[in-house]
Amino acid sequence: MSHGFRFTRGAVSALGIAAIVSLAVSGCSSPGTPAPAESAKSGGSLVVGVTSDPDTLFPWKATQFQAVNVLQNVYGTLTEFDGDLNVVPGLAESWDASEDGLTVTLKLREGVTFADGSTFGSEDAVSSLTKIQEQATAAVSRSALASVTAIEASDENTVLLTLSAPDAALPASLAVINMAMLSSDDTEEALNTTPNGTGAYSFDTRAANQSITLVKNTAYWGDEPTLKSVEFRVIPDESSIVSAMQSGNVQMAVFDDPLVAQTAESGTITIAKTPQLSYHALQLNATRGDLTDVNVRLAISCAIDRQEVLDTAALGEGEVTGPITSPAYKSDTDARPCPERDLKKAAAYLAKAGKADGVTIKTIVSQGEYATSVNESQNLKAQLAEAKITLDVETLESGAYVDRWIAGDFDAAVALNGGRPDPDGMYGRYFTSTGNLNKVAGYSSPELDALFAEGRASSDPKDRAAIYEKVSAELEDNAAWVWLFTSYSYTATDSAVQGFVPMANGSLQYLRTTTVN
Amino acid sequence: MLKTFSHNSVVHRIGAAALTLFGVAIFVFIMLRAIPGNQITAGLGTEAAALTPAQKLALEQYYGLDQPLVVQFFSWLGNLFTGNLGFSSRAQQSVLDLTVAALPVTFELAIFSIILALLIGIPLGMLSASKPDSPRDALGQIVGLAGLSIPAFLLATALLSGLASSLGFNPNGQAFAPLFSDPLLNLQQMLLPSLVLGFGIAAPIMRTTRTAVLEVRSNDFIRTARAKGVPPRRLQLKHVLGNALVPIVTMTGLQFGYLLGGAVVVEQIFSLPGIGRQVLLGIQQKEYALVQSTVLVIALTFVIVNLLTDLTYRLIDPRVRAS
Repeated sequence: MSHGFRFTRGAVSALGIAAIVSLAVSGCSSPGTPAPAESAKSGGSLVVGVTSDPDTLFPWKATQFQAVNVLQNVYGTLTEFDGDLNVVPGLAESWDASEDGLTVTLKLREGVTFADGSTFGSEDAVSSLTKIQEQATAAVSRSALASVTAIEASDENTVLLTLSAPDAALPASLAVINMAMLSSDDTEEALNTTPNGTGAYSFDTRAANQSITLVKNTAYWGDEPTLKSVEFRVIPDESSIVSAMQSGNVQMAVFDDPLVAQTAESGTITIAKTPQLSYHALQLNATRGDLTDVNVRLAISCAIDRQEVLDTAALGEGEVTGPITSPAYKSDTDARPCPERDLKKAAAYLAKAGKADGVTIKTIVSQGEYATSVNESQNLKAQLAEAKITLDVETLESGAYVDRWIAGDFDAAVALNGGRPDPDGMYGRYFTSTGNLNKVAGYSSPELDALFAEGRASSDPKDRAAIYEKVSAELEDNAAWVWLFTSYSYTATDSAVQGFVPMANGSLQYLRTTTVN
Repeated sequence: MLKTFSHNSVVHRIGAAALTLFGVAIFVFIMLRAIPGNQITAGLGTEAAALTPAQKLALEQYYGLDQPLVVQFFSWLGNLFTGNLGFSSRAQQSVLDLTVAALPVTFELAIFSIILALLIGIPLGMLSASKPDSPRDALGQIVGLAGLSIPAFLLATALLSGLASSLGFNPNGQAFAPLFSDPLLNLQQMLLPSLVLGFGIAAPIMRTTRTAVLEVRSNDFIRTARAKGVPPRRLQLKHVLGNALVPIVTMTGLQFGYLLGGAVVVEQIFSLPGIGRQVLLGIQQKEYALVQSTVLVIALTFVIVNLLTDLTYRLIDPRVRAS
C-alpha cells in the first residue's frame, strides 16, 4: 500500500502568496500608468518609441536612422527640407550663386545661438564645412562638398564658397544632418556626450540603451517649438512598442513593417502611411561575367513583374518605382524598355546576347537587414527561372552582406538603398565614373557623366527635371539595375498627438510643430 | 611544494577558474573577429563604401582596429587587470559603468525567476511523484512539457500584448525604474519577465523533483520512518524532500547560472537593460571590448554560482560534509 504524497495546503499557500504578492504589487498602479508625457502642460511632453539607442551623437558620422532622428532635432543645417522636400532656408537665410556658378554666397541668420549660449556665426560655418572636408574627420558627407575648393567668411554673417564647377545640388546637400553646423569651439569628443546644436530642441539627458530626452530650445531662431520635451524611449522589439502605445506609455512611433503597423492601429492609435524615398532594387554588377552584356541585363529587367515582387514580399504595401523616387523628379515607370513583364522580349534579349540557353547570376541577399529581403529574392528567383535565368542566391548575415556589398563583390544584390530629394545626391555618387560608390554600382557611361554634370550646372528646375528624366532613361535602357518598388513608413500616433508631419525622407523634424494634449 | 598546492582544493579550484576564464577570453576574442564586419561597417552600414582610404584609416585608428590582433588582445587583457574593461563608443560610457548598471538588473530578474520556478516546480514535481501514472501526475507532466516547449518569446509577446490591449497594463512600457529608486514600479516591471522565465525553468525543476522524490521514496529509511509513525506531511517534507534536495539544488544552480548570462530574448521584449541586452547590442555594433569584457563577467558569475552551489551541498547533505 503506497502512502502517496498529498498536495498540501502549505504548497497551495506558497503559490497563492506568490500570486497575491504579484497582483498586489501590480495592482498598486492603475492599468496604463500615465507616462510623464500625459501630465505635462502647454505643448506637452512626447514619448517616442524607438527600437534602438543612437549609435553616435556626433552628427557628421550619423547614418543610423535612430541617431539621425534625434540629431535632426538638436542640430541646425544651413539649408533645410520642408514637408514637400523643397530646399528652404535654415541657418542660411539665403544663398546666391554668381553668374558663372563658381561662387556661392551664403547669408547667415543673425541672432542664432547654440544650446550652450554661444552665438552662431560665419566662423562656425567655415569651421564646420572645412572640418567636414578633412579626411581625418571621416565625415560621411565629405563627398557632397567635392565641388567646393575654398570656404571663407567675408564678414560675421556671410560665407563664400568657391566651386570648381557649378553645383546646383549643393543647397540640397547642405540640408542633411551630416552637414550640421557645430560650434568652432566644440570637439567630437565633447559632442559625443553633450550635443550642442542650434536645433529646435536641446539635449537634456541620456540613459545609455534606455532613453534620450530633449527639451525645448527656448532660444530657437524659428517658431517656438511646441513640445516641452521629447523622450526617445528605447523599446527594442516593435511589438513591444505597440503594447507600450496601447497602454498609453508611448505616444508615437515609426514602423517599417506593415504587419506591425496593422496590429498597432486601434481606436486611439492612428497610422499615417508615407511613401519613402528609399527603394528596393536588384543591383546588377555590369562589370562581372554575363552581366557585362547589356542584353543579359535587359533580359533580367524584362523578366520581372515588379508588382508581383511587391505583392509577394511586401503584401502590396508600396509602389512600383523607377530609379528616381523624389516627388519632384519621379521616374516614369511606363518609359522603361519593358513596362510590363515580357518573357518573349526577355528571351529575345538573351538570344541576342548569345545566351539562349540561359545564364546563372550569383546574387547576395541580406537576412535581417530589413524584413522583405529574403522574400524578394525568392520571388525574383522564381520569376527569372521562367526566363531561363538562374538566380543563385546566397543569403548572408547582415554584417557579411555589408562587407560583400562594400567591396562590390557580387554579380547581383537584392538591396534596399536610401533615397535623397535631389537626384544628383541620390545617384551621382553611384553612376558617375568618379563617384565614390561607382565600384558598388558597377555601371557608368560617358553619357551619364555628361548628364550628371549638366544637372549640376543647371539651376532651372524645369531644365533639371528634363535632364534627370534622361538620366532615368539612360539607367533603365541600359538596365544598370532593376528598380523594383518603394515602401511606406508608418507613423503611429496616439489621439492626443497633433501637428506632426511625416516626411518621405523619414525625418522627424516636425516634432517642433507637434503637440500632446 | 607543488604537491601541497595541488592538494589544496581551494587553490586548485581558483586555478581551474582562472584557466577557464582565460580560455573564455581567447575564445570570445577569436569568435568576435570571425564575425564579418567591424565597428566601422556596423555603424555606417553600406555608407562605409563611400569612405576614402584616408577616412577609413582615421576611423580604424579611432576604434583601435589598426593594431595587430595580438596587440589588441593583450592590450585589452592588460587593461582588465587595472580595472579598465574598455569603453563603449556607442554609449559613451566605460564598460565597467555599463556592467555595474546592467548586472543588478539581470541578477534581480534571475532571482525572481528562480523563486517563481521553485514555487511552481517543486510542488508540481512532488504532486506528480505522489501518485505516478495518475491524472495528477499527467497534469504535472503536461505543465512541465508546456514550460519546456512554449518558447519564451511567444509567451512573453502574448502576455505583453494581451495585457496591454485588454487591460492597458504594461509597466515595461515606462522608462526602466531601478530597484532602489522606484521599488514599486521596478517590481511591476520584473513581474512579467520573471513569470515567463520562471515558467520555463519550472519545467526542468519539476522533472528533477519528480525523479528525485520517487527515488528517495523507494529507500529503506523512508519505510523505517513511516513504520516509526512519522506523520505523512513531515515524512514528505523532511525525509523525502530533504533527501531529494541535492539534484534539485544542482539543477537550480545550473539554471541560475544560465540566467545570469542574460535572458536576451526576454530582456529584449520587456525592455530590461540587463546584461543580455548589453552583449547583444555589443555584438550588433561589433564593440569588441564591450562584448569581451561582458562575456568574461558573465563567465565569472557562472563560476561563482557553481562554487556556491557546491558549498550548498555541504549545508544540505551531511554525507558531502563528511567526505
